Amino acid sequence: MKRTGLLQAAGLIGLIAMATTATAQDDNQLVVNGEIEMITDAPAPENIGGLKTIYSGWRFRQSEMQALQMDDFENPGAYAIDEGVEMWATAEGSEGKSCASCHEDIEDSMAGVRAVYPKWNESKGQVMTLAQQINDCRTEQMGAEAWKYDGGDMTSMEAAISLQSRGMPVNVATDGPVAETWAKGEEIYYTRYGQLELSCANCHEDNYDNYIRADHLSQGQINGFPAFRIKTGKLTQTHNRFKGCVRDTRAETFSPGSDEFVALELYVASRGNGLSVEAPSVRP
Amino acid sequence: MADNVKPKVRVPKTATAGEAFTIKTLISHPMESGQRKDGDGNVIPRSIINRFTCDFEGENVIDMTMEPAISTNPYVEFEAMVPANGTMTFTWYDDDGSVYTETKDIEVS
Amino acid sequence: MKFTRRNTMLMAFGATAAAMLPARAMASVEDIVAAFTGGADVGSEGLTLTAPEIAENGNTVPIEVSAPGAVSIMVLATGNPTPGAATFNFGPLAGSQAASTRIRLAGTQDVMAIAKMADGSFVQVTQEVKVTIGGCGG
Repeated sequence: MKRTGLLQAAGLIGLIAMATTATAQDDNQLVVNGEIEMITDAPAPENIGGLKTIYSGWRFRQSEMQALQMDDFENPGAYAIDEGVEMWATAEGSEGKSCASCHEDIEDSMAGVRAVYPKWNESKGQVMTLAQQINDCRTEQMGAEAWKYDGGDMTSMEAAISLQSRGMPVNVATDGPVAETWAKGEEIYYTRYGQLELSCANCHEDNYDNYIRADHLSQGQINGFPAFRIKTGKLTQTHNRFKGCVRDTRAETFSPGSDEFVALELYVASRGNGLSVEAPSVRP
Repeated sequence: MADNVKPKVRVPKTATAGEAFTIKTLISHPMESGQRKDGDGNVIPRSIINRFTCDFEGENVIDMTMEPAISTNPYVEFEAMVPANGTMTFTWYDDDGSVYTETKDIEVS
Repeated sequence: MKFTRRNTMLMAFGATAAAMLPARAMASVEDIVAAFTGGADVGSEGLTLTAPEIAENGNTVPIEVSAPGAVSIMVLATGNPTPGAATFNFGPLAGSQAASTRIRLAGTQDVMAIAKMADGSFVQVTQEVKVTIGGCGG
């Protein structure tokens, strides 16, 4: 088993205090706008070794922050959605096309899309994230410039597309042509990085529900991304969050859009297979 | 004027005369506090919405003074009551002199 | 300038005063309160301040104030560099003398609310909000 024991890392003991006052992942139910019922816990997928039950990050938040996600009016991430929907119908590039020129109505054409990304692209012969697919459309179909991978435009568009799958269970493929990339993602997940020698698993599998200093550790699920982060005051893209986590281990991070983060996104997304797509979620 | 300033208001379409109902308002605005520094260490000047008002047909519901401690995208929730059909006017005043308004018609049953 | 004993002592006093500068924020809370109340006596009944005991991040802390019969309610973040947060003035068509908003807190501190009642009296409450950093550094 690749998972390394917590006790091996002496430094980690100091960092993660066994919480005596932990609020634990609570039993609250997430219903958005009084109508979209979210699945925030589910049995762990069979190919995920270290977990029995998977929980959405929402379950680890305090009730005040949970409430922000229960009503789109109060959700500070909702503005980005409006921007994304506006851009959907805005023609750009040499071909004079917008997203809507090919895909028409975002609500119909994009329903269910977020739930299955990252996914295999046959013609490219590689796993593609939603952001990569958006940029592929821009450069190949619209004759427009690619957006910065984790920039504001991209994050807003990703959020607008993700919204159309809200409530649907994440269901990314892990076998067949994606198996190799998935395995690479799994390896990254369990590899210790940085001066602190922390893997994703050290915090989000071995110690979820404990506190790392004042932070209540979740399972690091990405079913809610793009997520509005209170800390930055904006919608944050998955790879941007990965980057922050890796940097916190005091490592040189991978770049948003890199092969490593694409593989990691596929693997981490699959750890949430069965949880609802929540974007835009609200996180600290 | 700050970029992309968009007010949003949620008011029930109908109300009962003289009975309180809830109003929620939100406006996208960075609310730069004047306390932050940019990458070069220079203080980013204060730029906030400093006042928010809600009136119904010229009569005041709430008049709020906002200070730099109000969070990004200011959110305000309060209650109003109206005597008859009419229009509710919401106004936000920006430090830079810009004024943003939104109106909602309310029917009294 | 000749360093007489008297001058030296005055300079020492100046240095002490300078060292005490951070305390000025508290003084200005008092100033703001005094400006709002005009120095009147302040009671403690009839005003409710609802705020979380612990805020996961100080950037967006939801608060609610309610004081039936109030003309206005002022909210102060007493530990912020500028303590003023908001003042709600209720008009004749207010459905209640209550309002909610979201404020920034620079750190763990007392949030204070003062209501001016219709009869000209004042009511004050404070609540401590512990602010954790939240969300790791990422």
